[in-house]
Amino acid sequence: MIETTHLGKRYGTLQAVDDLNLRVAAGQVLGLLGPNGAGKSTSMRIIAGYLLPSSGSAHVCGHDVVRDPLAARRALGYLPEGAPSYGEMKVREFLLFVARVRGKGGIARSRRMDEIIALLQLEPVLERTIETLSKGFRRRVCLAQALLHDPPALILDEPTDGLDPNQQSEVHALIRDMARDRAIILCTHALNEVSTVCNRVAILADGRLRAQGTPAELEAQSRYHGAVSFHAPASALLRELLARLPEVDEVEIDSADGRVTVLPRAGAHILGEVQRMLDAQGIKVDELQLERGRLDEVFRRITGHVAPAKAA
Amino acid sequence: MSGRDATHVLDSRRLRRGAFAGVLLRELRSYLITPVAWLFTVIFLLLAGALTFYLGGLFERGQADLQPFFQFHPWLYLVLVPALAMRLWAEERRSGTLELLLTLPIRPWEAVLAKFCAAWICVGVALALTFPMWLTIDYLGSPDNGAILAGYLGSLLLAGAFLAIGECVSALTRSQVIAFILTAAICFLLLMAGYPLVQEPLQALGWPALADALSELSLYVHFNAISRGVLDLHDLAYFILTIAFWLTACVIVLDTKRGA
Repeated sequence: MIETTHLGKRYGTLQAVDDLNLRVAAGQVLGLLGPNGAGKSTSMRIIAGYLLPSSGSAHVCGHDVVRDPLAARRALGYLPEGAPSYGEMKVREFLLFVARVRGKGGIARSRRMDEIIALLQLEPVLERTIETLSKGFRRRVCLAQALLHDPPALILDEPTDGLDPNQQSEVHALIRDMARDRAIILCTHALNEVSTVCNRVAILADGRLRAQGTPAELEAQSRYHGAVSFHAPASALLRELLARLPEVDEVEIDSADGRVTVLPRAGAHILGEVQRMLDAQGIKVDELQLERGRLDEVFRRITGHVAPAKAA
Repeated sequence: MSGRDATHVLDSRRLRRGAFAGVLLRELRSYLITPVAWLFTVIFLLLAGALTFYLGGLFERGQADLQPFFQFHPWLYLVLVPALAMRLWAEERRSGTLELLLTLPIRPWEAVLAKFCAAWICVGVALALTFPMWLTIDYLGSPDNGAILAGYLGSLLLAGAFLAIGECVSALTRSQVIAFILTAAICFLLLMAGYPLVQEPLQALGWPALADALSELSLYVHFNAISRGVLDLHDLAYFILTIAFWLTACVIVLDTKRGA
């Protein structure tokens, strides 16, 4: 389990992390979102024991990261931002080095090494020097390093950055699989990653926690939650008719592909209303789609890049 | 969880040795696969030989000792040891592996000591490879072998002191060039601390107390004492303390950079 309590980090006058309270239990994957400079990596570095907090505390599996750093680090697997590794070493040497420092010896070490190598498909590059590998392989080597000791808690800072879509979905499957009995924090910019692998989301901006919940709860905060969209020949009349419906807040027509999106007033259900109107007017559409909400829009609004929704 | 904790306690000794040995072996291996150690050894051997015979006049002196050989070591180390030490932490900081290393279950002082030991072993091997010099002198005359052994010990200790300074400075910066220049400057000042170069300005500034204190700290004075074959506990303690001081400073620098 990973827990932070009133965690703060100050650099001079800059409050990089401010009163951060997170709690991730075994079985949970927390997606940590936030614009660059929001304090995601700084918080993760504190939990991993690389930086010291200015205030508050962090615990990994009950071990305070400042007072009992070695126990906390033993319980944690950490993939730092940018997936650093020793470029001059061969992949096998590097993994052996980490295993040795982590105190895994003999048969246990070689069995676990084989497992991890198979899991991350590092077989073909084992004897290659790390700096000659592609970005995707280097990331997987660093990921292997984080999983080597089979930790009960994991922090992965942008684990799929630089991976191709196939590799991404493999890593996603791996994370979902590991999540069953582990606490995992995943820092990411890829919002699709959040809906694919995370069962909780937290959004940071300017060092503060701005929103927290399940992906569905956050999507429900979106203006697009409950919106109805369809393809139809765009016309001013259609827009006018839709906008006049009592529960409709706004009508958007995508100028590129002509898709019409009808946004409801907060909390309203408009699917039936829109359907009846279209039937009554005899307008043929392909299929009506009910949207769950858009994380990217919620993200932009919460992190302060879009004005708040009118209805909110 | 408690079972897991119990095994951690039982294994903690072995684990810690594992962490220290792990970093030590990694460092040694990286010396072997990068040209740094080879270059250091070759240049050291060439320069040590050339200086001994041409500037030191080993043969012309007509004395069976290795004074001409050892007297140039401080100046050789002044150039070569900062080059060996500059990458120790600066490189880790620049490439981001520092974050990886310091989030492994290893105490900072273990990492500092492991890196120091690896580098010291590297210098020790280069120094040991000068053994033909000893064989030559032993063949030509009958030198005081105890004095020569003391000379080697003094030389190794001096290199250790320079390395400890270099490691500490390397932890301060991500630039290896800055680490090199700063280390060489500090080593030079500490070498010269007992000599007019440093003493006269301090006397002129009216700080005789500081001048006296610094003269006690002169690496050259203590090195000379040992390399002449006078193995005094005072000089040994001086080197050990110097090394311990700079390594401790290195741990503090690393800790401070974490934002303590």
